[in-house]
Formats: sequence, structure tokens, C-alpha cells
Amino acid sequence: MATAHARGAARVMLSPAVVVLLLWMIVPLGMTIWFSFQRYGLLSGMPPEWTGLTNYRYFLTDPAFFTSIKNTLSLVGGVLAITVVGGILLALLLDQAFWGQGIVRVLVIAPFFVMPTVSALVWKNMFMNPVNGLFAYVAKLFGAPPFDFLAQAPMFSIIVIVAWQWLPFATLILLTALQSLDSEQLEAAEMDGAGWLSRFVHIMLPHLTRAITVVILIQTIFLLSTFAEILVTTNGGPGTATTNLTYLVYAQSLLQFDVGGGAAGGIVAVILANIVAIFLMRMIGKNLEA
Amino acid sequence: MGRITLERVAKRFAEVEVIPPLDLEIEDGEFVVFVGPSGCGKSTLLRLIAGLEDVSAGTIRIDGQDATGMPPAKRGLAMVFQSYALYPHMTVRKNIAFPLRMAGIAAEEQERKVTAAAEVLNLTAYLDRRPGQLSGGQRQRVAIGRAIVREPKAFLFDEPLSNLDAALRVGMRIEISQLHNRLKTTMVYVTHDQVEAMTMADKIVVLNAGRIEQVGSPLELYRAPRNRFVAGFIGSPRMNFIEGDEAARHGAAAIGIRPEHIAVSTAGGLWRGTVGVSEHLGSDTFFHVNGTGLAEAITVRAGGEVNLHHGDAVWLTPEADKIHRFDREGLRLA
Repeated sequence: MATAHARGAARVMLSPAVVVLLLWMIVPLGMTIWFSFQRYGLLSGMPPEWTGLTNYRYFLTDPAFFTSIKNTLSLVGGVLAITVVGGILLALLLDQAFWGQGIVRVLVIAPFFVMPTVSALVWKNMFMNPVNGLFAYVAKLFGAPPFDFLAQAPMFSIIVIVAWQWLPFATLILLTALQSLDSEQLEAAEMDGAGWLSRFVHIMLPHLTRAITVVILIQTIFLLSTFAEILVTTNGGPGTATTNLTYLVYAQSLLQFDVGGGAAGGIVAVILANIVAIFLMRMIGKNLEA
Repeated sequence: MGRITLERVAKRFAEVEVIPPLDLEIEDGEFVVFVGPSGCGKSTLLRLIAGLEDVSAGTIRIDGQDATGMPPAKRGLAMVFQSYALYPHMTVRKNIAFPLRMAGIAAEEQERKVTAAAEVLNLTAYLDRRPGQLSGGQRQRVAIGRAIVREPKAFLFDEPLSNLDAALRVGMRIEISQLHNRLKTTMVYVTHDQVEAMTMADKIVVLNAGRIEQVGSPLELYRAPRNRFVAGFIGSPRMNFIEGDEAARHGAAAIGIRPEHIAVSTAGGLWRGTVGVSEHLGSDTFFHVNGTGLAEAITVRAGGEVNLHHGDAVWLTPEADKIHRFDREGLRLA
């Protein structure tokens, strides 16, 4: 693409793809914005009409909205904490040479290939169920009363389920990063008198920062829109204990059939996601430059 | 002090014996170079001394003390790696201070030692940069700086110059030699480059397939190689080997003669041949002479001004007292 001619040709060739992608984004966004300013309930039987910012006022003053923000943040934060810390530990473990390494690595990756709905159902019915679940069985074995995870600690349970799914991803990224560390650096540190913990803190962890930021960025994008796990386990409850922003939008538009309110919620979610994205990109940008 | 003694030291990886039992004495303050072709076990030997590999048998003594089972950090040795192994996220200052920090030395003392090392190595202007912003030679100096501040009993260098370009390599070679003259600390240096070995060493250890072929000063090895391997490895270009009738005439299975010990003449001489390839270096000219019937090609050094062309007929005369004689096993005949 050296000459002006080549650049011009490239622009012409690229334009169909750019136009399609632009429409793909702009049309649904535009429609959502349009609906968010309409009174448009499917149950009232009235034709949609312009209401200005009413939908936003109702959505933003809904007590469930603040709960959902809090829930979204604790879900994202909790899963990130578990997967990053757990991922580092697992990566350190898998980096060792041991018999059956290949098979173990495949097994570790496996949860990532299980669909969210399936894994959430397996957790709900086979592990956390207070009657038939494995945890209840173990509790009874020790004579303790079974713990009803999804009723008594619903948010914690969902964090565990989602973290279980994302742990392999974090492990995989961190393991590859760990393996790219020059072994001579570790040997040099060993000669310099650094014990294992010092080598981990001063050599390995700084080497992993880049991979950790990548894990945080990618997971945050996906975790902000966690939905399936909540739908099949708690339905956002008890009450609104596990309703995150995505689930609240769903409840507004498809359980209360309020298209306008749902659209307003969607736009709020988009704005919040973009704020998070700006912070993340700044953080990552700084880390990736160094 | 930095006296390193290896007694019957051997290394096996699974069933493969990389280093058969060997003995070696490294005196305090000596500059010892391990040299040999790649895969000869010279780096492994260095790593055994450093403690980065466990010995399979034998004893390593440092200053008379048994160090065989000691962890690397306790041996009081510092190593400079081929890849420099600098910590990329730390500044030069922190890199050099790292071993001091690990030893729990007070901050002012650290600062004083780092400043002193930086002055010795001309790194003062770069102390706040990161390794990524330095050139190859500067990184090499940082790696040396990190070794110096520990005031080790001995420095171990693992092919430290092989990642540098030719001009820089010559410069660093001199810097390391000067450093040795100034510090008077024992240095053990691994290289596959016989020029580095010849120019820097007090004592060269020639290794081949894990065995020590010969130990001696550079000129001892040059003048009296113990066998054909050492004769062929030391000296550049390689020694010419001649077998058959010409060797038998000297009462040997093979004779060796260095390119610089053969006179070239167009008028007359002992052996006749034609010029194949000629390499003009300015100061010297190397001719590869074919068709002598003695060997595939005989390399000859002549002055830079000698002008012969491809296909010219020449006469070669070896200096009689510079002919090395070898028996059937490749050992030198007295």
C-alpha cells in the first residue's frame, strides 16, 4: 500500500465491508434509541407514542436498577478475582513437568467448551441442589445440614458457576505467558540469591502483567453481559438478589412486555459498558506500551 | 579468593553421558576459557560449576570447600548469560541492584555499589533506562554490572558475546580482558570461538564430546597440540592435515602444517599445485591450493600484496620445524 493509487483502490475495496458493518451496528442502535423515547407497552394495546425521557426516569429511579448495578459489579469483580488468582496458581502448577501433562492440560481446558446453560444446570441440579446435590451429600456425610446454595447465597453461587467456566480461559492465557518467560532470567535470579517467592514476585508476576490485563479486559467484556447462568438457575432472584443489568433489561422488555422501558435500559447499559471500556482501555494501553 | 576444583565430575541426562568423569583445577585469579564445538558439553560444565545443574558424580570444591550440593546463590559465583537475562521490567539501576536487594543490603549501600559499578562500566547515563531501550553492548555491560556488584569469588560467562555483531564483539572482548586485569577475580568463560579463547585466556580448556582434550596456555596449545582435534580447533584458518606417503616420509600417520607456516612461490618448492579460491583480507591473503595430490585443498597464508589468480601454478614449501606429526590414533608424536 505504498502508492496513492494503491491506497485509493484499497479504500474502494474495503468500503462494502465497512458500510455493512456500520449498518449492522447503527440500525439496531438507532432503533433502540428510538424505542427508548416511546411509550410502547405490548399489553396496553395502545399504539406507540412519544414520551420523551419518561422511560429513562422510570428505569433509573427503579430500586432494582441500583441493585442490578451492584450485582453486575460484584459478579464481574468476583469472577475476575477468582479466575485471575486461580488461573495464576493453576498455570504455575501446569507449568511443572509431570506424567500425563498433555491429558491434564486438555482436561483443564474442558469447562470452557461446555455451554453456559448446560454448565449452570449441571451445577444447579447435580452439585448445589439441597436434596440431590453432591455438596448436600457431602454435608450429610459429615452430619451437617445441607446448604441451599442458590437460595441462601445466590450471588456467591452464580459467581462460582461463572468462575468455573472462565477459569480455564485465564489458566490457558497465563500458562502460555508463563511458558514464554526466558528460563535464563529465572536462573539469573536464582544465582542472584532470589528464593522461589522472590522469583515469583520479582520475575514471574511482572512478566505476567500483560497477560493478566488481557484476561481482565476480555473477561470483563463477556462478564458484563452474563445472562444464561442467571436465567437457568435463579431467574434473577430471590427477589432481585441476582438480577444484573442484562437480566433487568430482559425482565423489563420480555417479562413486563415494556419495549420502551427495555430499550431505555439497554441504552443505559450501553453507556455504562462504554464507561467501563474507556477505563479498561486506558489501563491496558498503559500496560501494553511498557 | 576463587579457586575452583573439579574432582571426577560427571553429568548424565537419563542414560546419556554428557560429561564423562573429569578433573580440572582453576587457580585463583585465572582467566580460564572452555572452548569446543557446539554440543561438546562446555556450557553444561559451566552450569555444573554454577549449580544450575546437579552433578551425577564427583565433587566440586570452591576455595577448598565442598560445594557439590550447595544451591547456586550460596556458591558466591556470578554468571553472565548468553541472552544477558536482564529483567525487562526493571530499570538498569534496579537490575544491577537486584542481587544486593535479595541479599538484604541497606539502600544507601546498594546505591553506592550500583553507582560504582556503573562508573566502571560506563553505564552512569543509562541507569534509569530499561533494558529494552539499550543496545546489545550496553545490555551486555548491565549483565556484567549485575555480576560485579556481588563481588563474587568467580565470574562465569556463558558465550556472552555471541549475540553481538563482529565490531562490538572485538570491543567487548577487550573490555572484559581489561575488567579481569583490574578486578583480578577468577573468570570462567565459555565460547565456541577459538579467537576469543586465544585472545582472552590465561588457560584454555579444549573440550570435545564432554572430554577434556587439552589444558594449557593459548600458545602452548598453538605450538604443541596434544592431538589432531586440538590442532584442528586452535588456529585460524585451520591446520592442513596430510596423510599417506607424504606423512609416512615423516614417519607419521598424518602430519599437520598451519597455513602460516607454508611459503608460496611461483618459482619452485616442495609441493606443486594450482590456486583455487583466494581470499584477500588486505593484511593477509589466504590461498586454497588444489591439485597437490596431498589433500583436497591446502590453505596457505601469504602477505597482502601477493597477487596470484585462479588457476595459477604455485609451489608450496612447509617450514620443516613447524610440521606436527600425529600417529594413527591422532595423538601427537614427539
